[in-house]
Amino acid sequence: MSDSETKIEIKHLYKIFGDDPETMLQRVRDGVSKDELNEQHNHVLGLSDINLKMPAKGIQVVMGLSGSGKSTLIRHINRLIEPTSGEVWIDGQNVLEMDEKTLLEFRRHRASMVFQKFALLPHRTVMENTIYGLEIQGMGEKEAEKRATYWIERVGLAGYEENYPGQLSGGMQQRVGLARALATDADILLMDEAFSALDPLIRTDMQNILLDLQQELHKTIVFITHDLEEALRIGDQIAVLRDGEVVQQGTPQQIVLKPKDDYIADFTKDINRGRVIQLKTIMNTPNDKPGPELSGEMLVEDAAQLVTESPSSQARVTDDAGVVVGVVGINDLIRAMARPDIESRLEEL
Amino acid sequence: MDWLIEFPELGRRDMRDFRKGIDQGFKDFTRTYGEDIELFFDPLLQFLIWLEKLLLATPWPLFIFVVAALAWFASRSLKVVVGTGVSLFLIGFLGMWEDTMSTVSIIVVCTMLCIGLGLPIGILMSRSDRAQAIVTPVLDVMQTIPSFVYLIPVVMLLGIGKVPGLISVVIYAIPPMIRLTNLGIRLVDKEVLEAADAFGASPWQKLVQVQIPLALPNIFAGVNQTIMMSLAMVVIASMIGVTGLGQPVLKAISNQYLAMGLLNGLAIVALAIIFDRISQSYGKRLQTYRGGQGE
Repeated sequence: MSDSETKIEIKHLYKIFGDDPETMLQRVRDGVSKDELNEQHNHVLGLSDINLKMPAKGIQVVMGLSGSGKSTLIRHINRLIEPTSGEVWIDGQNVLEMDEKTLLEFRRHRASMVFQKFALLPHRTVMENTIYGLEIQGMGEKEAEKRATYWIERVGLAGYEENYPGQLSGGMQQRVGLARALATDADILLMDEAFSALDPLIRTDMQNILLDLQQELHKTIVFITHDLEEALRIGDQIAVLRDGEVVQQGTPQQIVLKPKDDYIADFTKDINRGRVIQLKTIMNTPNDKPGPELSGEMLVEDAAQLVTESPSSQARVTDDAGVVVGVVGINDLIRAMARPDIESRLEEL
Repeated sequence: MDWLIEFPELGRRDMRDFRKGIDQGFKDFTRTYGEDIELFFDPLLQFLIWLEKLLLATPWPLFIFVVAALAWFASRSLKVVVGTGVSLFLIGFLGMWEDTMSTVSIIVVCTMLCIGLGLPIGILMSRSDRAQAIVTPVLDVMQTIPSFVYLIPVVMLLGIGKVPGLISVVIYAIPPMIRLTNLGIRLVDKEVLEAADAFGASPWQKLVQVQIPLALPNIFAGVNQTIMMSLAMVVIASMIGVTGLGQPVLKAISNQYLAMGLLNGLAIVALAIIFDRISQSYGKRLQTYRGGQGE
């Protein structure tokens, strides 16, 4: 990825929780492990040497289990948590070096946030919650309400403007959270396990809303989740975090097809690969056999039906310009969808 | 082994000198600054007198109507409104109208003072653990020291009258206001505060838009407690010249007038219940938003 596409760049970010993080920082740099630090020095290593480049106008997912440091990481981007050491560069500015005033302006206009437990103001109506960020910006009430009305409608809450959060379901509350974040017009959207507290069906619903909005808004979204399915579904880029370190970074396909270690392989083995892998990844060199022409970005799962119906049991894969660049047969599709452990078991037979 | 039985106490003469020293010191302080302090409190006295006169000049049906309207506005309950009207009428019918008006005026001024002073102190306490560590023991002393004890320096300083009475009532009644403001702000959901931070709220914006509104139910409980405690203090304050329902009670104690004591005592109870119902139901109505359908 070239530098021009990078919106947020995190460099050598460390966070150590405890009484004397400075001293411990040196120890960590000298190679003391997280467990050692915890047991012998009573300090918790939250983040260790994080280096990440997040693409502009894309969805960067940070995935990890609880305790992996993902929530700590996202809070460094708008500096809700002070780092022990490191830099966070956004549009040529280091957030971690901003003075009080610049930081407030940055939070007001350039990065808004959606929270796992919604964090709405319980004493304010949906409308009053949605204009909250605008109120802090100092926008006039009329203009703010006009804008809020638009976003409330966009997230599908029209008619609920005068309700209090306590009267709404979780999914609806998070829509308010999303509307509140979008209303400020910030081009960075930080989402901290935003959909994790929701039922599976509602979660898929919210993911769709987010993806639909993103198609037209092109914001830089940092999305934290512990759910790999969710990460693969919405991420343009995924960074996997474990014990405060980035284990692997890449596109959903790279994570699934080339897991860097057993930890990630373990994660990905139960995934429905047909929904992640694109045709261009598994295609072979073109041949003369006929078949339907499919885009290289089509997912294996979507192609399966079409290829099955094709008399030659194969499809021709085209690039963005519509030129045929390869072919996939039905066997390629099946192999791509198979679970890796089944593949290895077949080899053993 | 005498020293085990006899407590090693200060000699009688030393003790007398010690007490005299303190008394003299305070007397000197009073002589030097008493007048200035009295002058400082003069606007308060003028306001108190003005309010009392206003209440007494108000036609009684109008007063009952205004209080009943307040009760309706706060509680939206006909029961409270009727109870308020009837008890106020009975108080007047039994000849206690004037005393009741002066008691009401001192309670109103006292409550205003307690809110005006207690709210900022409570906010300060909630923002700084050090402030909390300093103020808490002071409040403990204010709440436990027998009220007669601080009547003495107040009277030495300001003499007998409305202002010293008012001050002693405030000392007695302000602690719950401060404590509950502090508690209410400290109990505000950390996640909501984090959201406010994430949207770039300044400390002042956080206080005004998030912390105080969310602490309001607790703050209102504090106001309610303050009113109740100042009513309880009215009788004691009448010993140093506060007019109102306390004075007949005091007279009744020294002369063993049972009926007089009972009636005036019951009038205080009636006032307490009226104030309590009004302030409490208003506090409850402030948090109707909490009564949603839940998660």
